[in-house]
Amino acid sequence: MNAARGGFLSPTRRGLLKGAALATVFGAGMNMMRSVVAFAADAAGWPAEAFKLKSQADTLKALYGKTAEASDKVKLDAPEIAENGAVVPISISTTLPKVTSISVMVAENPNALAASYKIPEGTLPAVSNRLKMAKTSMVIAVVESDGKLYSASKEVKVTVGGCGG
Amino acid sequence: MASTIRVRAIAGADSTEVQALVQHPMDSGFVKDSKGELIPPHHIETVQFETGGKVVFTALWGPAVSKDPFVKFTFKGGKKGDDLKITWVDNKGSTDTTTAKIA
Repeated sequence: MNAARGGFLSPTRRGLLKGAALATVFGAGMNMMRSVVAFAADAAGWPAEAFKLKSQADTLKALYGKTAEASDKVKLDAPEIAENGAVVPISISTTLPKVTSISVMVAENPNALAASYKIPEGTLPAVSNRLKMAKTSMVIAVVESDGKLYSASKEVKVTVGGCGG
Repeated sequence: MASTIRVRAIAGADSTEVQALVQHPMDSGFVKDSKGELIPPHHIETVQFETGGKVVFTALWGPAVSKDPFVKFTFKGGKKGDDLKITWVDNKGSTDTTTAKIA
């Protein structure tokens, strides 16, 4: 019977194989562009370089190619004291218009950048997440509004670090 | 296998609030195991939220995001019964996706 063969070469399966092959080629290309050794190809669109930098200024340069100015329109909600550095709740919101991106950095972590969020039109410029903090540190929220960067920062005291061994 | 993604999306008057919780170790690559050997980094890199064929939110995560990460955001529009598709990809190329109904 032809049914078995037909099943094997069904359009869905072909599509899957094709997709997998394309993904492999794309992944390999991304890896070659990168100077560092990675175990596997990073997810598409993930700014690997920005996540490796130590200083905030370098991170902003890698991520946005510009510097931020402090603004009281960026609201950063973080605890004064975090008892557990492994889980520090942090929320960022802003009243600035045309927000396209929100990022959060922890100055004293091994790599400053913790998370970055893309905010398409129609999504409110507010995000909550939970971060790890190695020790007491400034937390910096950065908002990209109408092509410019604005920041707010706050010190969070950590009694038990969340990044060390 | 049960999905690694738990999501709650609630439609309000003119916007939808989304809360998502993903099960993932989020190993930073800085922590040592009981034998004193470094646990290699294993963390989610991207999470994408889509509804009605449009991406409403993209998270780019580094190793400093907590284990079993949580994220909350709100987008305009969205109504009860709409599909919200969530996909994550980690640094080892693992991925998971789920589609939730907006409540």
